[in-house]
Amino acid sequence: MLEQYLNLFVKSIFIENMVFAYFLGMCSYLAISKTLKNGVGMGFAVIFVLTITVPLNYLIFEYLLSDGALKWIGPEYAELDLSFLSLIMFIAVIASMVQLVEMIVEKFSPALYGSLGIFLPLIAVNCAILGGSLFMQIKDFSGVSEAAVYGFGSGVGWFLAIVAIAAIREKIAYSNVPAPLRGLGITFIITGLMALGFMSFMGIKL
Amino acid sequence: MKKEKNKKPIFLFIGRNDEPIFSKKNRKLLSDPLDDNNPITVQVLGICSALAITVQLKPAIVMTMSVIFVMAASNVIISVLRNLIPNRIRIIVFLVVISSLVALVDQFLKAYAYDVSKELSIFIGLIVTNCIVMGRLEAFALGNGVWKSFLDGIGNAIGYGVILILVAFFRELLGSGNLMGYQVIPDFIYEMGYENNGLMLLSPMALITVGLIIWVQRSRNTNLIEEN
Repeated sequence: MLEQYLNLFVKSIFIENMVFAYFLGMCSYLAISKTLKNGVGMGFAVIFVLTITVPLNYLIFEYLLSDGALKWIGPEYAELDLSFLSLIMFIAVIASMVQLVEMIVEKFSPALYGSLGIFLPLIAVNCAILGGSLFMQIKDFSGVSEAAVYGFGSGVGWFLAIVAIAAIREKIAYSNVPAPLRGLGITFIITGLMALGFMSFMGIKL
Repeated sequence: MKKEKNKKPIFLFIGRNDEPIFSKKNRKLLSDPLDDNNPITVQVLGICSALAITVQLKPAIVMTMSVIFVMAASNVIISVLRNLIPNRIRIIVFLVVISSLVALVDQFLKAYAYDVSKELSIFIGLIVTNCIVMGRLEAFALGNGVWKSFLDGIGNAIGYGVILILVAFFRELLGSGNLMGYQVIPDFIYEMGYENNGLMLLSPMALITVGLIIWVQRSRNTNLIEEN
């Protein structure tokens, strides 16, 4: 049982890394990775929001939206299939969770809010967050704890990716990159090379 | 009482400022995002869902069309509502408008192009969080009129699509020797020893191809070069 969770965790960090395997959350990944400090802050925010929203959306999908999910209300609802609403439902949950997280951070840690403040609204439009929920829907997990492990693992994978690229970009400021490639161009190419490296994890069977 | 100068019938708010429909400024809204202000290579928006679907040309084109529809429609809707939306909850309003439009596209594709929709899997859904839609709503539609927002939406979506189709073109051509699923590299070249470059089919090559496109674009257009 524990082994199964561990497998899922490792798989979601390395083999199905949000950034390197699916290119999710690239916008904030590229925009906020200029310094390591900001990268770490954004990474933690993503871990936090993913760990909350994926299991929450799992429960909503399983008990409200999927085919025949409304059976618990009464037998006459058994034939309802509301899964076409999942997109709107997921994004509403994510947007409200982000707003909630923003308020909590503002209240309890003004210093963190000062440095994270601008990123938090960005999380609502971070594709990694919605992607986590949509993959959860496709993967058909057997329980809410699996969904939570998957959410947490994907968040950690995203965190690793942004910390790695931010550290590389801090160093690359001192090297002599061809002028037209400076900034965005070289970041794309480095990300591509890192993604090639991460592909080697695909050989691992879990 | 002052009489209104503008006697022209107001059709969809277009003729309101005495500006011709395709004035120079409006044309610029359409053409700017193609090069100088490209959403992908300059504004760094909308990369998330762009890269994973560029292995072949066909899904890239379908994706481009979906984004054009969603962007134009959402820009128009938000621009109509812009004076009614309270500032604090604007992001949620944006998300609701965009996700309803995307759900529409998703259901449409499932009904009329099922295999493409299967191929695009979650990436149609991810248009919702495609920063390009959100970014343009926030940066443009919230402060501009309907017609301008419509043009801005179309222009940016096309700018996004151009890069998408360019990347998909090279990846499909070099990776599998096909275009739109039809073989374009003739057989005798294969007989002479040419091999498809399987590396192009792997996802990391999408990033590197975009990097190279940025390189070419910025060598041509030196204004875009970053300091660091």
